[in-house]
Amino acid sequence: MSLRRILTTLAVSLLSSATAWSGEWAKLSEDGVHDPRGPAIGLLQQPGDALSNLPGDGAGNQVHWIKALRSGVIRPRPNIDPAREDRRLDKDIYLDLYGSMPSVRFPHLAHTEWLDCTNCHDQLFLPKRGANGISMFLILQGQQCGVCHGAVAFPLTECSRCHSVRNHIAQRIVAELEAEEARKAAGGGSKEAGSADAPRGAPAKPPKDARGGAR
Amino acid sequence: MTGSASLRAALAVPLLAIALTVGLSAESRAEYADVVLNRNAEKEGMRPVVFPHWFHRIRFRCKVCHAELGFKMRAGSNLVTMGDIIDGRFCGACHNGQIAWAPENCDLCHSGKPGLPPGIFGGHETNGPGIW
Repeated sequence: MSLRRILTTLAVSLLSSATAWSGEWAKLSEDGVHDPRGPAIGLLQQPGDALSNLPGDGAGNQVHWIKALRSGVIRPRPNIDPAREDRRLDKDIYLDLYGSMPSVRFPHLAHTEWLDCTNCHDQLFLPKRGANGISMFLILQGQQCGVCHGAVAFPLTECSRCHSVRNHIAQRIVAELEAEEARKAAGGGSKEAGSADAPRGAPAKPPKDARGGAR
Repeated sequence: MTGSASLRAALAVPLLAIALTVGLSAESRAEYADVVLNRNAEKEGMRPVVFPHWFHRIRFRCKVCHAELGFKMRAGSNLVTMGDIIDGRFCGACHNGQIAWAPENCDLCHSGKPGLPPGIFGGHETNGPGIW
């Protein structure tokens, strides 16, 4: 009898804790990290007050940060020192072309809208095809992509946001990019990188070295 | 009598495990990517600092703090002292009374629960990486 009561209580508490986690933001006084008796608790902005106005998402902060940025709902500053350059690169890299999951399309643009090149290069990733040994094991341990994804950028439960291109399509795109590269190397046309000759079918406009294919 | 006692004992362990899990998950409802800084704070008699990524990324791109200001992208790898901040480094690049509140508003940053370990918290989908 008492055992049944314990089980029921547990089931109810499990259910209630599960529902409390979805679709809402905890109050600072109940989030487990802020001191509910501290003097700041009534002064700091509540996550729900700020985040509920932004484009929604099912994971992380429950905010689609790229949509928030590109729609202009938020306008985060790119620098403190106005002389500091806000560098962007619009180039997609295709990875994991032969795995059991769909291939990964890594968009430099979405990343450089937030980050600087030096945040990843060269400490996390060498800018060289096949030089990085990217693995989900390391990513899940908080290395490589997992330095941000799973900690601050969208979490590692969102498989299909990275593994987003069917393998045969990614293979074709990479083959085209590599052919382009080979043509340039053979024709000595390396100086005209980034000019009018964009590769067909590739979403990015790769400059002289289109990388992809390998990890 | 003994049968029900052993049944109770056999159930106690998994039940305790479930209760602990529920208790712990209810404990950490921090917003995704909240960072607790507590290498020095409590030793110096202050509450730990809670740094909310969500609040800051509405206003600044990652590159501002992580490239321009020099915060390494690994919770616990930046030893930030009040001396640095008052001299305009790290948080002090903005928390200077001009861009954001000045460092004399101690409690606004030092707002954490006493006893929290430094690290990255939060997330209703994942609980952060395995290695900081």
